[in-house]
Amino acid sequence: MTIEELEQVAKSVCQENDKYDFEVNVCMDLACMSQGADRLRDALEKAAGASGKNILVRRTGCMGPCSSGPLVRVDPEEHLYHHVKADNADAIVASLGGPPVPELQCDLNDHFDRQVRVVLENAGHIDPEKIDDYIGRDGYKALLTALTEMTPNGVIHRITESGLRGRGGGGYPTGLKWGTVAKASGELKYVVCNGDEGDPGAFMDRSVMEGDPHRVIEGMAIAAYAVGASKGFIYVRAEYPVAVSRLTTAIREARRRGLLGNGICNTPFNFDVEIRLGAGAFVCGEETALLASIEGKRGTPRPRPPYPAVSGLFGKPTLINNVETFANIAPIVRNGGKWFANMGSERSKGTKVFALTGKIANTGLVEVPMGIKLREIIEVIGGGVPDGHQFKAVQTGGPSGGCIPAEMLDLGVSYDALMAVGSIMGSGGMIVMDDTSCMVNVAKFFVEFCMTESCGKCIPCRAGTAQMFTLLTRICDGKGTMDDLDLLISLCETIKETSLCGLGMTAPNPVLSTIKYFRNEYIEHIVHKRCPAGVCNIEAPAAVSAEVLA
Amino acid sequence: MPAFTPPPLPSDDKRWKIVNGTMRKNGFARHALIETLHTVQSAFGYLDDDSIRFVALSLRVPLSQAYGVVTFYHYFSLKPPGKHTMTICAGTACYIKGADKLIAAAEKRLGVARGQTTSDGQISLMTARCVGACSRAPVVLCDGAVAGEMAAEPMLEQLERWAVE
Repeated sequence: MTIEELEQVAKSVCQENDKYDFEVNVCMDLACMSQGADRLRDALEKAAGASGKNILVRRTGCMGPCSSGPLVRVDPEEHLYHHVKADNADAIVASLGGPPVPELQCDLNDHFDRQVRVVLENAGHIDPEKIDDYIGRDGYKALLTALTEMTPNGVIHRITESGLRGRGGGGYPTGLKWGTVAKASGELKYVVCNGDEGDPGAFMDRSVMEGDPHRVIEGMAIAAYAVGASKGFIYVRAEYPVAVSRLTTAIREARRRGLLGNGICNTPFNFDVEIRLGAGAFVCGEETALLASIEGKRGTPRPRPPYPAVSGLFGKPTLINNVETFANIAPIVRNGGKWFANMGSERSKGTKVFALTGKIANTGLVEVPMGIKLREIIEVIGGGVPDGHQFKAVQTGGPSGGCIPAEMLDLGVSYDALMAVGSIMGSGGMIVMDDTSCMVNVAKFFVEFCMTESCGKCIPCRAGTAQMFTLLTRICDGKGTMDDLDLLISLCETIKETSLCGLGMTAPNPVLSTIKYFRNEYIEHIVHKRCPAGVCNIEAPAAVSAEVLA
Repeated sequence: MPAFTPPPLPSDDKRWKIVNGTMRKNGFARHALIETLHTVQSAFGYLDDDSIRFVALSLRVPLSQAYGVVTFYHYFSLKPPGKHTMTICAGTACYIKGADKLIAAAEKRLGVARGQTTSDGQISLMTARCVGACSRAPVVLCDGAVAGEMAAEPMLEQLERWAVE
C-alpha cells in the first residue's frame, strides 16, 4: 500500500462515516462486557434498524471510566451515557437528533478535563477489528511517512528528541535503546513487544492491545525500520484471550493491506509479526526471561550484559519495548519529537496511562501528562475515596513498587520522583487504599506474590522472599518481635543488592516503603498485638488464656 | 544423518491432529514447545504424561526440559479440570476489595483448597494472578465468564447450582 492508497482509504472511510447522521459507540472492553455490553449492542442495533434513522452502531475499546459501565457515547453530540442497560436502547435511539436522555447522562467532566490522550486517542472511537477505522484516524500514516520520507537514523533521532522513556516501568530512554540495536551488527534482528502485563492490578496494556491493536503493530513496524529488523514477536499473556484474538485479526488485516509482509509501500522494507503466548509467569516481564519464553524455554532471566540489544532472541540483536512504548511511536513520528517533549515534566516527557483501581470512586483507565500531582489523579480524576472512608495510601508499580502515603500526594508523577520516595512508575497500576487496608498485610500480599513468582534461579530472591514472607506472617499473626522488624529491613537490603534480576531487586520495595511510611502499623502488630485496620487475624492473648483455663 | 520422522499420533483422537498442526506450522522447531503445550491444554483441558511425551518427542526436546517447562508456568495444569471452574482473581485490586474472603468462602463450601477439584469432579476452584478487569474488583470467572463486583453470596449460589448441574 502506498501513501496515496492509504489516503484514499482514509477518505473513503470519512465518506462512509458521513453517510450516517449519528454514531452510537458502545464500549466493549472487558469491564463493560462483564456488565452486558454485548446484549446492549444487539439491542441498540435492533432499535437503530427499526428507527428509520441513519445510525451507525459501533463497538469500541475502553472509554475509560469502567466503574460507570456499560458506557455509550453518541456522536456528533458527544453525549456520554453510563450504566446503560439493554432496556435503554430504545430511549437512546429515540433521543437522537433531540435532547439527550437525562437519567443516563454521565457527568464526569472533571474526570476527562484533566486528561491528555495520546496513547488512548483512538480508544472509544474505533472498532478494534476494523483496520479502516484505524486508517481513518491517521493510522499507518506514520509508518508510510517513515518508510518513504525518513531515514532509519532520522526516525531514531525523532524518538530521541521526543524524550520518550520505556513505559514498562524501567524508564530507559527509548531513542537510546533503538540506537544501540541499530548499531548492533548482524543481518537478522528482532523487534519484540512485551505484552506480558503480569503486574496484578494493571490493565493498561490489555486495553491498548484490545482497543487499538494496529497502533501497537504500527509502532513495532516503525521500530523495525529504524533498527533494521525484519521479524517481530508480540508476547501476550494467555490470560488475555480477547487481546490475542484482536491482535490476530489486526495482523491478518495488516498483511492483507500490504502493511506487513515483504516490500511494504513499494520499498525494500520487509517486516512481519507473530504472536507468542505467555503461560502465567510474572518473571517473564523481565526482558531476558521473556526472550527465553519465546524460545520455548523456562522463563528464567540471565545476567546482563550481553544486553538483548546485542544478543537477544535466538542470539540475535533484539529490541524489546513495552506495549505502551510502541503505542506512543506513531503519534511521535506524525507530530514530531518536540510536540511530545512539550508535554510532561523535565525528565519525564509525554503522558502516562494509569489503571486506577481499589478504593476509589471512578475506577478505570486514565491518561495524564507526566508531572501531574498524585492528588489531582486521585481526588479530581478518580473522584476520591468513596463511602466516607479515609485515604491511606496509593500503590504504584505493583509488586515492584511502593505505597505512597497521604502526606506525599502533592508529588508530581515522574520516573525520578516516584523512585525518590521508594516506589517506581511501573507499568501503570495505581491502587488506592483506605483505612480498611492493613499496610503490613499489603506488604505480606506482595511478598507472597513475589515468593510464588520467583523463578528460583538466584538464591537472594528464591530464599529471601520466602524468609521475608515468614517474618511478615509472624508479624501479621501478632507473634513478631522488634528484632524481627530489624531483621526484615536488613534482609530487604541484602535482597535488593544481590538479586539477579528486577523481580528480586524490587521485591523488597513494598516492605521497605510500608515500614518507612507506616511504621506505626508494624509497631501496633508487634507491641500491642492488634491490627488497626482489623484485617489481620490476631488472637487476643486474653481470649487464648481463657480458653486454656476452661 | 537420517531425516527426522515425528512419532505417530498417540491415538486416532482428532484433537491430536490439531496439536500436530501447531507443530507443523512451526516447522517442528524446538521453540514451538510452549505454543504446542497451549494447543494441547486447550484441546484436552490439561496436560498428562502421554501428551507431554508426544510433544517432547515430536519437537526433539528432552523430556526433562518439557516437564520443566510445564511445571514452571502456572497456566499449565497436570490435572484434569472439573466440569465447572470457579476462578477467583487474587490480583492486587481484588485483594484490596476482599478477594481473600471470597476464596475462604469458596474453600469452605467446596471442602477443597484453591487449585483443587471436588472429589465428584464437578467443580474446580482456581485462583488467578490477575485477569485485568481490576476496575470491577473483586472479580471471579465462572467457567471463563468475567463477573465483577462479586460478593460471597451470589458466588456461593453459583457453586450450589454447579454442584448438581
